[in-house]
Amino acid sequence: MSFSELAIILLSTVLVNNFVLAQFLGLCPFMGVSNKLESAIGMAGATTFVMTLASICTYLVDTWILAPLDLQFLRTISFILVIAAVVQFVKMFMEKTSPLLYRVLGVFLPLITVNCAVLGVALLNTQKAHNFFESTMYGFGGALGFSMVLVLFSAMRERLAVADVPVPFKGAAIGMITAGLMALAFMGFGGLVNLQ
Amino acid sequence: MIDLILHNPVVTALLVLGGLSAAFGAVLGFAAVKFKVEGDPLVDRIDALLPQTQCGQCGHPGCRPYAQAISDGEPINKCPPGGQATINALADLLDVTAPSLDAEHGEHLDVKRVAYIREDECIGCTKCIQACPMDAILGAAKHMHTVIVDECTGCDLCVEPCPVDCIDMIPLKPDLQTWQWSLPATNQSPVFHVVASEVNLIASDRQAKPEPVERDGNKAA
Repeated sequence: MSFSELAIILLSTVLVNNFVLAQFLGLCPFMGVSNKLESAIGMAGATTFVMTLASICTYLVDTWILAPLDLQFLRTISFILVIAAVVQFVKMFMEKTSPLLYRVLGVFLPLITVNCAVLGVALLNTQKAHNFFESTMYGFGGALGFSMVLVLFSAMRERLAVADVPVPFKGAAIGMITAGLMALAFMGFGGLVNLQ
Repeated sequence: MIDLILHNPVVTALLVLGGLSAAFGAVLGFAAVKFKVEGDPLVDRIDALLPQTQCGQCGHPGCRPYAQAISDGEPINKCPPGGQATINALADLLDVTAPSLDAEHGEHLDVKRVAYIREDECIGCTKCIQACPMDAILGAAKHMHTVIVDECTGCDLCVEPCPVDCIDMIPLKPDLQTWQWSLPATNQSPVFHVVASEVNLIASDRQAKPEPVERDGNKAA
């Protein structure tokens, strides 16, 4: 596993195959917590943390428990179990070791349990037959892409909140349109890297 | 047995999922004990003594921040709604001598009061709504406002911003819900959360306690 391959995975997940804008995963927090920049940054931090950790843990569970016993059909349910446990553990650990970060992330930490991007990254890892480092990098890159898009989008929505938007487009409608335009813009990165 | 497990995927699946759940459960249970967080118990106890009017007259945004500040060493005599009873209770808890109420932050009034908006004069400026820490004032721009009596803590904060001075603080008359028996004063510790004065009902050579603690704050608010 060379360094350049890992760098390509990172670049591809952040820009080209962005989880939100190209694969449409994690749309709920993308629309839900992007009203304010501060909460978006909190959510981005928590998601990055959990997604990286979850992709490591699910890789281990898949390789060392499910694959030897020929139980790949249990992936979805056991991954959900792993993610829920990881999130809960991280929450307890953080509450003890870093109360400040815990207070900043607040309610977003448990919310990530049901973020489909986290389950998505675990399932895509097994689908693409990534090894340990590739899985970790894929999870981290995906989370980084998610964070970037979320923060950019919330910055835009803060501007939109004071903009003179026609009445029928006010609120969520203009948010959807903005997200669509953003996805179009990100299509420009297509072909930058070619995986597989 | 092993044969059954290896050749029956359903049994294996159940065992694996059960095992995983048990393992994660064990880890989480262990973590819950290991990473147990003890909050600052002193702040909670101070907070319990404050009247919870969230009026901000002490200069803090609410009762909890003031409790935090007290535990960090701020004077305890900045709470007008609580009055001397709260100060004495706090002094008792913190083992310091009780100072008198700092008049700079306001005066203590024994009667519970609520804000009343003279609705004919209200111009609908929404300034009192913004000032209210309890969201107890209802209204919209250029429409008459009114006070939700049950929510109002009588903190006076809406009186100052009103440009037409149409807010009165009126004493709340006790009704069927709020009326209480006036208990005979005793030197016992408060049984019914009533501030008792120092009158001995039963002859005793024990020194009466300073002033019994008032804990629920309803009366003082």
